[in-house]
Amino acid sequence: MTLNVELVSPVERLWSGEAVMVSARTVEGDLGILTGHAPIFGVLVDGKVSIKVTGGENVEFNVRGGFLSVSNDRVSILTESAN
Amino acid sequence: MGAQLRVYRRRMRSVKATKKITKAMELISASRIVKAQQRVAASTPYANELTRAVSAVATYSSTNHPLTTPPENPKRAAILIISADRGMAGAYSNNAVKEGEQLASLLRERGLDVSSYLVGRKAVNYYKFRNRPVAGAWTGFSDSPTYEKAKEVADALITAFLADAQTHAHGIDEIHIVYTEFKSMLTQNALAKRMLPLEVVESTMPIPTGLLPMYEFEPNAATVLDALLPRYIEARIFNAMLQSAASEHAARRRAMKSATDNADDLIKSLTRLANAARQAEITQEISEIVGGADALASASAGSE
Repeated sequence: MTLNVELVSPVERLWSGEAVMVSARTVEGDLGILTGHAPIFGVLVDGKVSIKVTGGENVEFNVRGGFLSVSNDRVSILTESAN
Repeated sequence: MGAQLRVYRRRMRSVKATKKITKAMELISASRIVKAQQRVAASTPYANELTRAVSAVATYSSTNHPLTTPPENPKRAAILIISADRGMAGAYSNNAVKEGEQLASLLRERGLDVSSYLVGRKAVNYYKFRNRPVAGAWTGFSDSPTYEKAKEVADALITAFLADAQTHAHGIDEIHIVYTEFKSMLTQNALAKRMLPLEVVESTMPIPTGLLPMYEFEPNAATVLDALLPRYIEARIFNAMLQSAASEHAARRRAMKSATDNADDLIKSLTRLANAARQAEITQEISEIVGGADALASASAGSE
């Protein structure tokens, strides 16, 4: 079981792929997502989003605000800009 | 060279020069349509995700957010019209402005004041020429809009929306947007949509859902909605601008194509006329020479 992750900005899709774990910082604090997570919609604060890709690699993005939505092992991270 | 022939040649030269320009503009627009379409496609995932999220929040939470609940007696509505900066695009800008006029008269029938927000020099000039008040105007980016510009426009609208229309002179209760939908290379439609209060959402692609999931909201539905809706409006405006840009290029390509075709026709008929004029000149010269030779011959014959 893996997570389907998408990181999108208004102008383009920045990253998409399969991952084991996604962690991000919401207004309430750090949040880690594994497979089977309940549907959640969170508001992100400026900070790091890290995606643990299937195979062990770690991809990190610095996002400037945004949203995180999880449902049925689909994770979408919406942000205005990231690098 | 005869006067008539010279006039035809001069007209042909000028038509040819014009044709070169229109042909170049046609080619430029054709290449830009593709780029504009790609930009629309690239912005779609973000817009779709936001749409999905907004629908989910609006459906499953009982939050009474000002951005989703229509006021009891609305007083003023805003219309955002997206037009082009430059002409040479057939009726493209005109159609958008006219659609805006229709919407405005509909709103006035409902007893609302209308304040206009304009994007694109053509719409601005239309309003300026008629001395109409304009609440906000942005120009200079109609053929390649950026997200920052969309944000600027959205910010102005949201600020006005959040101000209370009953007491505030600039406050608005509804936001409508008029843009040109890019259906295909051949079809573009000017259309008007209500953005706020939220209407049933539209998107260019079918949203991949069965049922919307029962989201948990972090920290809570109201905060999420607060943060979500401005982004949603920005994304909608950005999408409308991108589609309008693609439509603008398509309309310009079509207009320039028919201008080039017309120039071709003109050149063809002018060439015919010029050839006929030249032939007439030659014929006349020959008959003059023949006549002159005849006269000389008969004159010398008479003197013998």
